[in-house]
Amino acid sequence: MVRKKKCVAMLLAGGQGSRLYALTTNIAKPAVSFGGKYRIIDFPLSNCINSGIDTVGVLTQYQPLILNSYIGNGQPWDLDRNFGGVRILPPYQGKNSSDWYKGTANAIYQNLRFINQFNPDYVLILSGDHIYKMNYSLMINYHILNNADCTIAAINVPMEEASRFGILNTNEDGSIYEFEEKPKKPKSTLASMGIYVFSREKLQKYLQEDSEDPKSSNDFGKDILPKMLANGEKMMAYEFEGYWKDVGTIDSLYEANMDLLGDNPKFDVGDTSWKIQSRSPLAPPQYIGEGAKTDNSIIMSGCEIYGSVENSVLASDVIVKKGAVIKNSIIMGDVVVDEDAVIEYSIIDENVTIGKGAKIGEPKENGKGIAVVGRNINVNSSAVIEGGKIVDKELIKGGN
Amino acid sequence: MRAVGIIFSNIHDNNVPELARIRTLGSIPFGGRYRLIDFPLSNMVNSGIDTVGIITKSNYQSLMDHVGSGKDWDLARKDGGVIILPPYGDEQSSTLYTSRLEALKGITNFLFRADEQYVVMTDCDAVCRINYSEVIEYHIRNRADITLVYKKFNDGEYSAKNATTFDIEDGRIVNVNYKERLQEQAHNVFTNVFVMKKSLLQNIVMDSISHNKRHFMTDVIASNVDSMKIMGYEHKGFYAGITSLQAYFDSNMAMLNNEVRHEIFGDRSVFTKIRDSAPTKFGNSAIVKNSMIADGCVIEGEVENSILFRNVKVARGAVVKNSIIMQNTVLGENSTLNCIIADKNVTIRDRKVLSGSENHPFYISKGIMI
Repeated sequence: MVRKKKCVAMLLAGGQGSRLYALTTNIAKPAVSFGGKYRIIDFPLSNCINSGIDTVGVLTQYQPLILNSYIGNGQPWDLDRNFGGVRILPPYQGKNSSDWYKGTANAIYQNLRFINQFNPDYVLILSGDHIYKMNYSLMINYHILNNADCTIAAINVPMEEASRFGILNTNEDGSIYEFEEKPKKPKSTLASMGIYVFSREKLQKYLQEDSEDPKSSNDFGKDILPKMLANGEKMMAYEFEGYWKDVGTIDSLYEANMDLLGDNPKFDVGDTSWKIQSRSPLAPPQYIGEGAKTDNSIIMSGCEIYGSVENSVLASDVIVKKGAVIKNSIIMGDVVVDEDAVIEYSIIDENVTIGKGAKIGEPKENGKGIAVVGRNINVNSSAVIEGGKIVDKELIKGGN
Repeated sequence: MRAVGIIFSNIHDNNVPELARIRTLGSIPFGGRYRLIDFPLSNMVNSGIDTVGIITKSNYQSLMDHVGSGKDWDLARKDGGVIILPPYGDEQSSTLYTSRLEALKGITNFLFRADEQYVVMTDCDAVCRINYSEVIEYHIRNRADITLVYKKFNDGEYSAKNATTFDIEDGRIVNVNYKERLQEQAHNVFTNVFVMKKSLLQNIVMDSISHNKRHFMTDVIASNVDSMKIMGYEHKGFYAGITSLQAYFDSNMAMLNNEVRHEIFGDRSVFTKIRDSAPTKFGNSAIVKNSMIADGCVIEGEVENSILFRNVKVARGAVVKNSIIMQNTVLGENSTLNCIIADKNVTIRDRKVLSGSENHPFYISKGIMI
């Protein structure tokens, strides 16, 4: 019997995430911390394993070190398999060519051999910068039932936001007749989520043709999908209902974190019917000291709280000393907030120390935006970082 | 590495019969996310010991579930690693072993196969960080036959009803006081950690088989203090023996002390089975003071001087003080708990009021609904 997989997932994790600024200075976007415990890539990986897809190629290119060691052998997601499992796929040198991934389609094209060794019927293309829970197997079934060549997951967005997305215009049966990339006057509100199911032969054919076309930018959205549509292939929109957030910007990353808070959160990671798996830190339970305050917050193991935490998300090993105040903020792992420091409406990246009495960020009402302190930065005592300011390593060197 | 580790998981089950009724002493939950075996097992790993046998006797399902392949301790190895050694019966003996020596007779094959020169034996009845490789160094430096680790307690510091204590002269153990009722004076209390050459242990086991010796402390140690060089190694760090339910309660509470907690967990090298829970969530009405809280909890009520394991729910208006609440336990609205040890999966109904006292905590068994 020939061993095969019904579906192989390919996760595009090479994006630089330049709109996350200091948060992606030396880390790939999918490895950015989320919700205290998670990294963004946990969501597509958990969705895969929960959907019964146990073969995932992760295409990395930009700053892959942390992402690679995070994924490791895939064991936290139950993706350490003899046949299948998770594989990191960096660009490689070939006999006749060696190339960085030129575009999303080119990245998949360069790894067709990885896909083909599992002889799959379908290929699922995912991106590593979305927060959502989705059963991909339902989408694949929809693809099969409709005898489609390509199925694109789509979500209804508010009309006023539709012009920020790639919009799918569909017939009544859900088949797509037109793509519009960020249309000024959208005809529909059905936005592409960047999740595609392809029948493998079709994908292979179009990727091959695309690679031979010197004018192509080797991108799914710009080249492959429009060409398939122009050639009359059957393309379906699969409508997804539920929480979905592109966390490609500071603001959307902040919002998605805040969506976890409250008694009835917009997005519930505690739901055990669709568990989000992650590589858990080895830390003792958190300790909440005498006189501490922990209102409407998410706090992870390894934290020690002696100050006040309100409407915030704290990842593991965050020390909040006496008199320190954290409000409406996201604190990623291994951060020390010294006495009487005040952090408001800010994102503090991993491995940062905030000196005594320092002031980071300003209330949202001031309208200056979210303050960001990048990875591995020491903020001096009594330093002031204004609202909306983004501090990365270089700035601090010059400033102090 | 030069030493093989042996951990006895069941030997002191009678210390805390309430908690050990459904599990081994080694698999008793401790400190919010750990089990007692995590301490000796992590000590082994941190001392560079990577071949460890865990001797079991009964009720070891939860232990096997916890240890699994050993990967969480980095002990899932091709060569060595951790192995669970269930009781081994032959035709002559249809009953289970009753002493340490008899248990060792059952693992002669394991000992024979290990090619390490030394052996470190320990039980699961204590929360402490001991560097066994320093004990081995000490053992070699002193040309000892056997080295036993002890903890010195001053007047009134140690409350167990019985313990093994040593009289020590120049580091050498000259007298063993077995199960003596502790008087009000300083004591060198045995921590149940042994170091010796593997070949010596094998000889002791063979000899005990042929001479029908049963008891390690009395038949081997106490009767040989003159003929063998038996050294005492003093453990100077924190040590909490789990000698009774009260001691279990007190040593959990000791983790709320910053100094103790940092000594035990500060370097993040007490390993345990990794489970996935969502981060802990605090509601608007949560009030938490001096407490240790594991991941996956939802806190809407009040928590003070307590230890909460994974996935504990404290509903609005509920108040829990001076208590140990294990995994998946749910405290209903406006319930009040004081000095309680609630085992796993307990449900406390709304408005229930339960209280033990600080010198007599009230234990609620697994799965009970009150």
